[in-house]
Formats: sequence, structure tokens, C-alpha cells
Amino acid sequence: MKIAIPHIHYLAIAPVLILFGAALVLLFATALVRTKVSQRIATLVTVTASAAVLVVTYFQWRCIDQVGATTTIAHAIVLDGFSVVATGVIAASLLMASLVAHDWAVRERIAGVEYQILALASTAGAVLMTQANDLVVIFLGLEILSIGLYVLVAFDRQRATSAEAALKYFLLGGFASAIFIYGAALVYGATGSTNLSSISYFLGSNVLLRPGLLYAGGALLLVGFAFKVAAVPFHLWSPDVYEGAPTPVTGFMASVVKVGAFAALVRVLISSLGTQMDTWRPILWVLIVLTTLVGASLALVQRNAKRMLAYSSINHAGFMLVGVWAGTVRGIAGTLFYIVTYAPTVVATFAIVTLMGGLGDENHSIDSYRGLARRQPWLGASLGVLLLSQLGAPLTTGFYAKYAVLASALDSGGAPVALIALLSAAIAAFFYLRWTMALYAEDTIEATRVVVPASTGVAIGLGVAMTLVFGVWPGPLAALAQHATVLFTP
Amino acid sequence: MHSSLWLTALLVVPLAGALVAMLVRDREGRAYLVAVVTASVEMVLALFVAVLYNDHIAKAQTFDFATRHVLAAPFGLAYDVALDGISLLMVVLTAIVVLLALLGARDRRREPAFVSWLLILTSMTMGSFIAHDLLLFFIFFELTLVPCYFIISQWGGAERGKAALKFFIYTFTASAFLLIGILYLGFLHQHQTGGALSFAYGALSTTSMTHSTAIWLFVAFAIAFGAKAPIWPLHTWSPLTYAEAPTAGSIELSALLAKLGSYGLLRFAVGLLPLALPDMRPVVMTLAVIGILYGSALACVALDLKRFVAYSSLAQMGFITLGVMAGSKIATVGAVLLMFNHGIITIGFFLIIGYIETRRGSIQIRDFNGLQGPAPVMAALFTLVMLASIGLPGLSGFVSEYLILIGTFATHAWWGVFGAFGVVAAALYLLWAYQRVFHGRAVGANATMTDVTSKERWALVPVVVLIVALGVFPKPVLDRISPSVQQLIEHVAPSGVSK
Repeated sequence: MKIAIPHIHYLAIAPVLILFGAALVLLFATALVRTKVSQRIATLVTVTASAAVLVVTYFQWRCIDQVGATTTIAHAIVLDGFSVVATGVIAASLLMASLVAHDWAVRERIAGVEYQILALASTAGAVLMTQANDLVVIFLGLEILSIGLYVLVAFDRQRATSAEAALKYFLLGGFASAIFIYGAALVYGATGSTNLSSISYFLGSNVLLRPGLLYAGGALLLVGFAFKVAAVPFHLWSPDVYEGAPTPVTGFMASVVKVGAFAALVRVLISSLGTQMDTWRPILWVLIVLTTLVGASLALVQRNAKRMLAYSSINHAGFMLVGVWAGTVRGIAGTLFYIVTYAPTVVATFAIVTLMGGLGDENHSIDSYRGLARRQPWLGASLGVLLLSQLGAPLTTGFYAKYAVLASALDSGGAPVALIALLSAAIAAFFYLRWTMALYAEDTIEATRVVVPASTGVAIGLGVAMTLVFGVWPGPLAALAQHATVLFTP
Repeated sequence: MHSSLWLTALLVVPLAGALVAMLVRDREGRAYLVAVVTASVEMVLALFVAVLYNDHIAKAQTFDFATRHVLAAPFGLAYDVALDGISLLMVVLTAIVVLLALLGARDRRREPAFVSWLLILTSMTMGSFIAHDLLLFFIFFELTLVPCYFIISQWGGAERGKAALKFFIYTFTASAFLLIGILYLGFLHQHQTGGALSFAYGALSTTSMTHSTAIWLFVAFAIAFGAKAPIWPLHTWSPLTYAEAPTAGSIELSALLAKLGSYGLLRFAVGLLPLALPDMRPVVMTLAVIGILYGSALACVALDLKRFVAYSSLAQMGFITLGVMAGSKIATVGAVLLMFNHGIITIGFFLIIGYIETRRGSIQIRDFNGLQGPAPVMAALFTLVMLASIGLPGLSGFVSEYLILIGTFATHAWWGVFGAFGVVAAALYLLWAYQRVFHGRAVGANATMTDVTSKERWALVPVVVLIVALGVFPKPVLDRISPSVQQLIEHVAPSGVSK
């Protein structure tokens, strides 16, 4: 018996190889090198790997430009504009997050370099999710992503809440993975394939007389994703985990994980179940309304910065779903634009929260931000800009992100859902502004100046620069998102 | 057609000034100087534009200084500016407001930041008035919130935090409807033409739509502009905000930003959605009349001077809304003129109230009595501004209110009749407030209050000059507004309804 080895397009899987390779290099180095591998070297490896991935995405983009999008490894992996841009965002987020984590590890006197190893491995999983063209590969990516993350969330051994959050995340995450794989099995049963394009082809050329199995499978897949992106009512883990996890990990989760999960969600719903749009759109509609409104409303009552940002990120997830709901090329571009702009903003925000957390990562009350902008104008103004961007104020990327998804919704006849989402942004404005107001409050509490270490400063600077530059001139990013099409659209 | 660089300069100069003012924080008063110079340059630029604006083009096309550059094609985002007679007047008002706010309501607390925010606000307001593209207008319209928010929340009164939040959330929520409306209109236009997504004013004005679509869009627009103006019953943010804002902030809000609401209503709601007008006219005009009467009634019983002006502004904005919606050329011209005149009059009110506040640390009406004894010049200036607001012939308020009322009466008689009660009511509440504050025998702190200084007088000179000049000789201004209003009205009612 001869085993046919499928053709492998190495450029397509280069990002995964680089990230996972870097993780392995670090892992072996810690085991084999006699002296301790320093944080500095680990961070350097991570930054180099992410930069290398960014370079690779450039060549991938050129390759797609010249010979078009393609699939590889028996159609399990797809190389298209969408995956390339999503990969680029993930790499950039990892780069920024690892810079933040470096200073955090130094501050907390963490000896090992496991953080960077796990982050690299998790990121490889996220990248795999953006490229997956098969339910099983998506599941693989999801697990690679999640398992590293479970450990990362528990990374702060000084705090019990960290372990608690990890356990919660692990239990619920495991449950969600099970639901996802069960959904994949049901879809396989209904269509005879796990390959997204085959599923789409099957559904396009056959009429299911008894679609119950497919619907059940699709619904379970949606639940699995809704858990990962923290859509209401599957969001209950997110505030606790965001609060309990070490702050740099929270920033990592809010960016890298979200990008990976959303990329896979878009592929499953559009590429494979695009023909069933009329069935899943109403469900998504309800999810969006719940996610945006509940996320914004519950954030109002939080006094803890990390919890508040957790609910705010739930609200943002609702906005990203709006583009998916639209289901058009414009909608996908809108969601992608949202992800591209949200990721750097949120990493930079959590970078500042990490700094403010102080030794022990405990000091996260909103009150501790009072007068920050008076004491340290640059740091305060940076946080102000990042918050205003998440609020959706013009001249920041946040405005165009909301604009892009809402425009796509209106293009597909979704004025009500767009209006509801936008009104939730008005609710959300309340707590962003309250926080901003605290930054500029006069009655400064007795507080020492926060030292901004160099690499965290670079990460914050990158995030703020992205927010402002593309906020004033969104043209290039908008064009990029528009050209980053998904290969298989119905 | 003149170069659009003039308009770009109007946008950029305040921003550059704000940047410089932020950077020169080394010595006391330097930032203020930078700001005053910037505002003066802006004023000169605005006057230059006003002189250049050629109303002879009016015959064919009233928009001047136009340009359009697409910035982000997928978003339909473009830098698209142009100016007609209506926006010209608002541009000049913007320049006047910031200059007088700086000269008359100086705030020395953390001055570089304060003047920077004022200049940024000026640039954003300029942008809103010269934008000739709905999306660009919306961006500037939203952006005005940010400087306002910081000005109120950092330099305001005791309840500044609450006031700033209320103001921001209120307007932000209302403008959500505007954004959805704009997007809907843009896509409607794109689906009809099949071209690229565009929000250009000229292009969108040719969009054909069903009657019910027009109604929905009008309601969405009217909510946003009605909250900004404010139109009853969307005014509830304004008394607290006007009262808590620093004097310069109150001036900017009521003299200028309120006009964004009425300007938007005229330009975008009325100008783009003529189909909705037959049904929406009675509704909005009724709200306007209620606003006039309600504002007048509350101005009678207001306890402090800033709330007093806030309620009287509600009444005045009711007049403007009445004129904007009446659909006759005379009323619309009057409304545009009143936007300007009310701006000038409000500057006068808030400057004088600011002077009283710095002297006495209070704006409660019951704290004052007989101020005209110790401060006769202040009383005289207040009287002039007050009489203009009442609508005394020979002063600016009269011309605009008169035009609005006769125009409204011609098309919608009963609304004109009830609106006219507002003029009587204005005389009532203004004179009564004047009596309580300035008449009588001054005792205690009232007796020792100093009169306006020469510096303060100079800040009020332009107000007085404009009030008298536009009351006696409004023709140059009317000549510039009329062709633009004519064009707008003709577009809205092609069958020649205009009178």
C-alpha cells in the first residue's frame, strides 16, 4: 500500500513553522543550555519570530497577488488574503504583547522563560486557525491555542485568583472544545466531509430534505465559537479570567485569541455554511444584540480596570459579529478591519494596565488611575487616546472600525442591528469617559510615579501610533482589509 | 470659483495654534498670547473668505471654494469642503466666538491646555460648517464632543463631571441615529447608481427614495440635530451643561455648537429629504413652538443666570427651528440670520454673566440686587444685549425674528401666531430678570461690586457693534444668505412653493 503524501506549500505554513519552531528552540535551550536562558534572550527570540512572520506575510501577500489564493496539504490549509492579514495582526500582537510581558516578568522576578514559549505555541495555534480550511484543523488550532493559554492564565503563582481563573477557563474551555468537536462530527454526518469547501460544495449542490443534523451541528459549532470570542450568553468565563490572569496574558488573550477565533468563525460561517446564511443570521442577530448590550451595560458597574476591559471586549466582540452577520465581502472586510485595529489598541491598553498594576499585579481599581494624566501627561494621554479609540471617537481607528462593520450591516439591510450596536457604544462611552475623567482628575491620590520600562514603552507607543495614524488616514488599512478576501465565498 | 486652500487654512490654523500653545508652556501667559494671535488670524481669514465669497456665482451655483479628495475609497471617505452663503455666516460666527471667548472669558487655570482645547474645538466646528460631504460632516460633528467634554469636565463648576458626561452621552447617543441615517442614505444612493460609495452632498441630494424611507431618515436626522440644537423635548442636557461649563465653554456651546444642530437640520434634514417635509413640518414646528413657550416659561423661574440663558436659548432655538422648517424663503433667511444674531447675543449674555461670576463667585439671581448702582456700564451693556434678544427694532434680534415670523405666518399661520407669543414672553422674562438683578437698592456685596474694566469693555465692543449694525443695516449679510437659501428652497420645493 502506498501512502500519497499531499503537496505542501511551505510558504503557506511558514508562519506556523516559525512560531512553533521558535517555541521549540526556546524549550530545548532551557533544557540543554547549562546557564539559565535569560528573559532578554527569550523576548528577543519571540520578537524575532514575530517579525519574521510579518516578513513572511509580506511574501505571502505578494504570492497571492501573483498566482492567486490557493489551498495546500490536501486542501486542509488555505492561503488567501484574509489569512495573511489575520496572521500579520496576530504576529504584530504577539510582538507587542511579548514586549509587555518581558518587563512584567522582570518586575515580578519570574525566572523561567516558559511564558514566551507558551505564548509562541499558542500563537502558532491562532495562526493555524486563521488558515484552516477543515473543521479538524480548526479544532487542532483551537486546542494548540487553548492549552498554552490555560497554563498562561495560571502563570502568576503568587495569586490564588490566577489559578482559579485558569481552572475556570480550563473547565469551560474544555467543555466548549467538546461542543465544537461534537458539532464538527454532526456536520460531517450531514455533509460527508469536514473540509470547509467540500461542505460548501455539498450544500450548494444538494438540497437537504432533513436538515436537522446539519442545523444541530452548525449550532454547536457556533456555540463553540461564541465561547471563544466571549459572546453573550457564553461570556461568563471572560470577566473572571481576564481579571485573574496576569495582565500581559489578558492583553494577549484579548488580541491574539480573538483574532484567531474570529478568523475561524468567519471561515466556518461564510466559507462552509454560507449557503445556510438565512438560517444562522437570525441566531447571530440575537447574539449580537445580547453581546453588545450586555457587554456595555455590565461594564458600567465595574470598578476594576481589568473586569471593565473584559466587558468592553465583549462589547467589541459584538461589533465584530456585526460584520459576520452582514455575510458579504464588505462585511468580512469590516470585521477584518475591526480586528486589525482593535488588536494593537487593546494590547497597548493592557500594557498600561500592567504598568499600573504594580508589583504583584494587584492594583487595578479605577481609582488608582485618578490624576494619572496630571502626574504623567504622556502615559495618561496615551491611555486617553486608547480609551477614546475603543469608545469610537473619530480620528482614532476605533471610529472607522465601528464604521466599517456598521456600513456593511446597512449594506445588507441591517439598519436595526446597526442602530442597536451603536446605541450600545453610547452606553459604553459612559465608562470609557468615566475612566478618562479619572485620568484627568485634580485630587491626585498619594501615588508614586509609574516607571515605564523601555520595551513596554515601545509597545504602548506602537499601539497609540497605530490608533492615531490610521485614525487620521484609514485609507491603506481599509484597502488592505478590502483586498484581503476569503478564498471560498458562496 | 476660489481655491479651497482658504477653507483648509481655516481648518489648519487653529490646529497649528493649539499645537504651539501646548508646546510653549514655559512661561505664564504665553500660550494665551499664541491663542489670541491664532484666533485673530482665523478671524482675518474668515473675513477674507467672506469678502472673496462671490455672490455673483449665485446665479448658477452658490457653492464656492469647493474641492474633493477621496481618502479611503472602501469607506466612501473623502475630504470634501465647500462654502455657500449659509455656511459662510457660520464660519464667520465660529471665528468671532473663539476670539471673544478668549478675550472675554480668560481662564488662567492650566491655560495652555485650556486654550488648546478651545482652538481644537474651533477647528472641528469650522470643519462641520464647511464639510460638503455627509460623512465628513459627521466626523467633525462627533469630534466637537471631545474638546467640549474636556473643557467642561476640567474647567467647569462643582458638578462638572456629571455635566460633561451627560452632555457627551446625550449627544453621542443622538448622533448614533445620524450615522445610521447617513449610512443608509449612502448605500441607497450607491445601490441606485451602482458606482462607488460616496457621501457627497450634491450626489446624495439626487437620491430618489420612497416616502416612508424619507420619513425614517428625517426622524433619525432630526433626533441628532434636535439634541444638539436643542429642540424640545431633547433639551434636558442643556441647562446643567450650560450652568456647569466654564464661561468660555458656555459661550462655545450655546453660541456656536447649538447652531450645528439647526444648521444640520436645514442643510441635511430639510435639504436632502424634501419628501418627508409635508409630514414632518407640522411635527417639528409644533415642537419648536412648544420649545419657545416652554423655554420662556422656565426662563421666568430659573434660579441662576446661566440656566436663565440656557432656557432663553431654548426659546430662541425654537424660533430658529420654526424658520428652518417653515419652508418659505423669508423665514429660512430669517432663521439663518437668527443663528448668527443669537450667537452674538449669547456671547454678550455669557460674557457679562462671567464678569459677574468672577466678581461675586455666584450666579444665583437671588444673590443680586440693584447692580446698576455700582456698575452702570455693565447694566447698560446688559440692557442692550437684552433688548436685542427681546427683538427691539433697530437691533439685530428684531430683523431675524421678524423675518421668521412673517415667513412662518405666510405658510403656517397658526404656528406663527403661537410663536409670536414667544416674543412677548421674551420681553417678560428678560425684563423681569433685569429688574431683579440690576434694579433696586444695592446693599452689602452688591453695593461694592466694581464695574466692567476697560479690558472687559473691549471684549464686548464687537458684540455691541454687531448687534447695532445688523439691526440697522443687515443687507450685506442678507444678500449673501438669500441666493443660497433660494437654491435650497428651490431644490426642496421645485414647484415654486417658496414665497
